[in-house]
Amino acid sequence: MQRHLTRFTPRFALMGAIAAAALLSACGSSVKLDENAGKPAPISDASIKSGQTDANANAGASSNVNQVVLTPKNDDALSGGLTRVIYFDFDSFVVKDEISAAIDGHAKRLTANKGKKVIVEGHTDERGGREYNLALGQKRAEAVQKSLTLLGVSADQVEAVSFGEERPAVTGASEEAWAKNRRAEIKDR
Amino acid sequence: MSFSDSRRSACHGLLTGLALAAGGTALPLSALAQFRVEISGVGATQIPVATGRFRDESRSPAALSAIVQADLERSGLFKVLDASADRLDETSRPALPDWRSKGADALLAGSVTPLADGRFDVRYHLWDVLKGKDQGGLSLVVPAADLRQAAHRIADDIYEKLTGDRGAFATRIAYVSKSGGKHHLLVADSDGEGAQSPLTSPQPIISPAWAPDGRQLAYVSFETGKPVVVVQDVSSGRRRVVAGFKGSNSAPAWSPDGRQLAVTLSRDGGSQLYLMGADGEGVKRLTQSGAIDTEAAWSPDGASIYFVSDRGGGPQIYRIAAGGGTPQRVTFNGAYNISPALSPDGKWMAYVSQVSGGYRVHLMDLASGAVKALTDTRDDESPSFAPNSRQIIYATRTQGREVLMTTTLDGRIKAHLATNVADVREPVWGPYLQPRR
Repeated sequence: MQRHLTRFTPRFALMGAIAAAALLSACGSSVKLDENAGKPAPISDASIKSGQTDANANAGASSNVNQVVLTPKNDDALSGGLTRVIYFDFDSFVVKDEISAAIDGHAKRLTANKGKKVIVEGHTDERGGREYNLALGQKRAEAVQKSLTLLGVSADQVEAVSFGEERPAVTGASEEAWAKNRRAEIKDR
Repeated sequence: MSFSDSRRSACHGLLTGLALAAGGTALPLSALAQFRVEISGVGATQIPVATGRFRDESRSPAALSAIVQADLERSGLFKVLDASADRLDETSRPALPDWRSKGADALLAGSVTPLADGRFDVRYHLWDVLKGKDQGGLSLVVPAADLRQAAHRIADDIYEKLTGDRGAFATRIAYVSKSGGKHHLLVADSDGEGAQSPLTSPQPIISPAWAPDGRQLAYVSFETGKPVVVVQDVSSGRRRVVAGFKGSNSAPAWSPDGRQLAVTLSRDGGSQLYLMGADGEGVKRLTQSGAIDTEAAWSPDGASIYFVSDRGGGPQIYRIAAGGGTPQRVTFNGAYNISPALSPDGKWMAYVSQVSGGYRVHLMDLASGAVKALTDTRDDESPSFAPNSRQIIYATRTQGREVLMTTTLDGRIKAHLATNVADVREPVWGPYLQPRR
């Protein structure tokens, strides 16, 4: 009952609008971006150059940034509109009931294709220490990982990692900004 | 022959520097930037040291005397009296009773001589005015690039001769900056000057840690799309992933002998402490809890490891034997205590504690357990001790900007280190560079 009610809250309507906007914006993007999404870049001299700051020296590396920024929204669009961003309450690691439909959807997608792998990134807001926040983000990622494996997804298909406070979705020191940053993101590998 | 306070001395230096730059002399930015070190606070007892510009200092690209003076002032133990008007150098024979009557306990003077091969001969001499004693000096022949280091070595020499403790100015710090969407790992002199970047990455870098030999840095890089622990040789740039296991890899801490790394891994679920060889081999789990265990910091004798755990609810600092065992809780005041750093002399632990909503560097006397706050700022992070255990470097935020600060252990003297980039964080103080004489 509670779950049905929450579906009609203004917040959910807003999320729907964001998802729709993401769908539209993603239509203009090339498919190639999604192919690279979430793939780890190898450590090499080509991707990271020492002691240089000019754009040219980091030409190989700058594409990494594009992947990171564009991935979540493009992923939403290209995987049937399932939400990939899961928000958490302050100091909480509980995957909320209201997100269960999306978790179910991802679980079905992954159990249907055992070769498919995802990485779950945990994130925190900026308050507190960087390393401690990294561990808190890991806890969020592992909570989502557990939700998926409880629905039959193989542990090999899901890697839980954390970015702590290092990659906020939005900048700002307001409760609104912090709420958007306390999240886990499911990305295809 | 007039004295002025240290601030006036710094202003005088700045004006001279600017005049030189305007006159077409190629004065590097770092020489000017030196004067951006802002020192606040009053020490309990400060030794008044009279000094002026080194003879022919303007013929060298570094503001040597200003570097020496700023080092001495940042330590909190010295008050600089300007003796520029006396035009002394290391060959002078000053009448020490005169200087005593002017309020100086010590007097120093020096010179810089450009050599034909492009190097510089830097000399200085120190007199103990109170004791009426010649304290000797140093003569250093260095290339232009090492002039700043020469000034720091002179400051170290003065510090040791006047206090009996080893100075830690001729050391390096590492920190991280973010600018223009790029993340830079930076290595600089202990005063924040002369920064060089051993790594530029499009992805975040956190938790740099100096190897005890001062030649390698371990840090956490997100360049592969998740946190991995990398060890990099600073001079060659050679780097390798030492912890890239499934999940997150973070918080590297070198054992005092440099042979092992303590790291936080999530490869077995949760964030737990592990030990491994410095090459990443021989991984061994150290903690076994269902809670978060992270931010390992070795005691200087290598026998125990301090770390952060939320096993009791909120994050607190615990200590465990390096060989394993039952952890003992170390912090009891406050609900949020993180980022432990142990002083190399083994007497102190610096850490960050949340106090009424703000995060502040605190200092614990390990023998008594007594704790005091060292700052009144709200966003302190990453405290790290100077190798002589007399100062702490940390990151904080002032006027919306991330900055690096040093503080004395009594919290009285703080210096805002000059950095040219907007957001700086994650400072860590490196070991002594010179072997003990």
